[in-house]
Amino acid sequence: MMNYQEEVDMVSQTDKQEQTHLDDVLAKERIVIETDDLDFYYNPEVKALKNINIRIPDKKVTAFIGPSGCGKSTLLRCFNRMNDLIPGAYLEGKVMIEDADIYSEKIRLEELRKRVGMVFQKSNPFPMSIWENVAFGPRVNGIQGKSDLDEIVEFALKQGDLWREVKDRLDSSALDLSGGQQQRLCIARTLANKPEIILMDEPASALDPISTGKIEETINELKKDYTIVIVTHNMQQAARISDYTAFMMLGEMVEMDTTKRIFTNPSVQMTEDYITGRFG
Amino acid sequence: MSQMSYFKKKGDPYIFAAGMGLIISLGMVAWILIVILAKGLGFFWPRDLVEVTLDDGKKYLGEMWEKRDDYDRHETQLKNGNRDLYGIDFVWMDDANIVSSEYPEGAFTFERMEYGNFYGYIVAVNVENQAVTAVDGDIVSKAYDAFELAHQTHDEVVETQQEITDLTEPLTRLQREISLLEIDRADRTEEGRALLERYRKEANEMEQAIAEEYLALNSELEKLVIKDRSIFLSVRTTDGRNKDLQLSHVVRFFAPNQMGIFEKSWHYMGKLWEFVADDPREANTEGGVFPAIFGTVMMVILMSIAVVPFGVMAAIYLNEYAKQGVVTRFIRLSVNNLAGVPSIVFGVFGLGFFIYFVGGSIDQLLFSDKLPEPTLGTGGILWASLTLALLTLPVVVVATEEGLLAVPRANKEGALALGATRWQMIRKVVLPNAMPGILTGLILAISRGAGEVAPLMITGVVKLAPTLALDATFPFLHLDRKFMHLGFHIYDVGFQSPNVEAAKPMVYSTALLLILIVILLNIVAIYVRNNLRKRYKSSTF
Repeated sequence: MMNYQEEVDMVSQTDKQEQTHLDDVLAKERIVIETDDLDFYYNPEVKALKNINIRIPDKKVTAFIGPSGCGKSTLLRCFNRMNDLIPGAYLEGKVMIEDADIYSEKIRLEELRKRVGMVFQKSNPFPMSIWENVAFGPRVNGIQGKSDLDEIVEFALKQGDLWREVKDRLDSSALDLSGGQQQRLCIARTLANKPEIILMDEPASALDPISTGKIEETINELKKDYTIVIVTHNMQQAARISDYTAFMMLGEMVEMDTTKRIFTNPSVQMTEDYITGRFG
Repeated sequence: MSQMSYFKKKGDPYIFAAGMGLIISLGMVAWILIVILAKGLGFFWPRDLVEVTLDDGKKYLGEMWEKRDDYDRHETQLKNGNRDLYGIDFVWMDDANIVSSEYPEGAFTFERMEYGNFYGYIVAVNVENQAVTAVDGDIVSKAYDAFELAHQTHDEVVETQQEITDLTEPLTRLQREISLLEIDRADRTEEGRALLERYRKEANEMEQAIAEEYLALNSELEKLVIKDRSIFLSVRTTDGRNKDLQLSHVVRFFAPNQMGIFEKSWHYMGKLWEFVADDPREANTEGGVFPAIFGTVMMVILMSIAVVPFGVMAAIYLNEYAKQGVVTRFIRLSVNNLAGVPSIVFGVFGLGFFIYFVGGSIDQLLFSDKLPEPTLGTGGILWASLTLALLTLPVVVVATEEGLLAVPRANKEGALALGATRWQMIRKVVLPNAMPGILTGLILAISRGAGEVAPLMITGVVKLAPTLALDATFPFLHLDRKFMHLGFHIYDVGFQSPNVEAAKPMVYSTALLLILIVILLNIVAIYVRNNLRKRYKSSTF
């Protein structure tokens, strides 16, 4: 086994000049999220992200892959400032969404999180009815009319591909749904806020293959309208659904490119090792 | 490896010890309940009257109360009542001296408003100077008729008295105003003198206006009182002494030796109902405890209304908003320690802070015309409830904090990720989820609060307060009133009453009632909590 830390350091020093292919492709895309030398610390001793520079294109699915603890979820949570909840954590550098620094004083947190929705690894429906779950986001953001909310709920559930299954029992408890349905409900709940970006943190990792398939279908549908960033452990999943893939390792971004190129012709040896299952 | 070391490794002796500990704890709880149940519920059963003749010719009639077996002596305690004649209700006698004991059919128990029970035989029924004696036939049904009549008359007396009070009420108020003015030396100023003059004139006019009606009512009252007094029973004790019992002062009378099991059960139910629904009599040793039940429940409800919002708000701030660190740790420690402070200390604080400071200040501001007679600056149900709320605050804070901690992190994050503010998250996700925990806190607070006596004794509990804190006169809720409490009632009846021996069973009955009420309040809270739990069962895969 070679020492990965050394290799990661070596790559991050060299990749600046070499990433011409990605630059070419991204030049044709509109960039929505961009980070600038992002460092993230859980506390002054634990540095979870090192010098991340990433550009995420509009209306595409971008997947983050990498072994456990490499910082993919941490990076994801920087985009809607969920990391703010961790006491003592802080970051250096910049995260820009639509060219605005989301860590600046002027940004209103609730507004940001409405624009940047998030789906969690473990489905977390509230102990309320299905309708109330989906209407939660619009309601806390100020929409009150019943007919408006009904419309939003129907729209969100349809986009989340759950409407057919639950349209007759919107008033029953969300906790009575199956695991896969609960996760799609969580996606629908996010969609009800009409976000621009959806962050997904291993949304299918706790589901059976059939439910996973349904979630993937839903994601494929959604990318027409939304920018999606997904963290996944499952390489096949990343290959199936994403347009771009970023490989992370020990808190650093090793390589990002189109998914096709990452899986067929990665420019870094370590990426190939990981994808072919030599470690991870 | 020897047998012994395997035995030790399995830990059998420790399991056995643990099991024994549990059994002993359960046994003690069961023992308390059995003793209280047996002694408390037995009290209302109508006991047979036994007539005992001793070898020196003395005769006693009464209820068999207790037996005492010393080394070679066997003694029996008889409750022979008739305190007005004998001075004491109980008599101990040596079993060896008893010649005979019989259960005479005609012996009656009379429960009276005063002087406790009377045991004896009916000789004659007197109704308005007409006497009916045993010779004239069915004396018992005559006695019951007279009893009805006497109570009817007594009710009329009370009614007439009330009418008179209502009639003179405006005049009394005016006279009070006048004497207040006189005390203030209002006649020193010109306008004061004029006012006084006007008031006096008004009072004079009023007096003349109601004079006729007043006299009529008074003479009616007089007649009624005489009639009331003229209805009485002539009774004789077993040792031949005669006594007249005014029937309106008799609560009920019956011949237990003639009663069958059904009649006794009926009587028992009646007594039980009297116990929970009526006012106490005879320095609380007889009658009911309704004002005490009412006071206890009302106080617990007021306490809950006060403690839950405060406790929950404190826990929310401590858990959700405050920066976790040394300060919050210190606050938590202090709150926990507060739970261990002796309750009398809270009582003293309640007296000093709520009654003297808060109540006194309110009196100065709002009720200064009544000073020096305090309105809120004296013990009352409000101050007692607030004192208990303070006492139970730590319990609610700790339980609520536990409830808040049990809310899944995923749910909180989910709410925040949907653009909810922290407050919206707490309102819509955290609080509903933490509700079972909050209710657990309430249950613990009720259990603690309902049984607490010491702090109440200096913040508003009294021996007798027949006026309830809630009634039909404006403003309906009289939070300044003093109140009765079952816990204090137990102490008072058992240890402060002039007739401790007779009151002993009452102590058990009241204790039983207190336990029942605490259980009942808890069951209600637990029922609500379980319903909530069903709604908020955690999500499953």
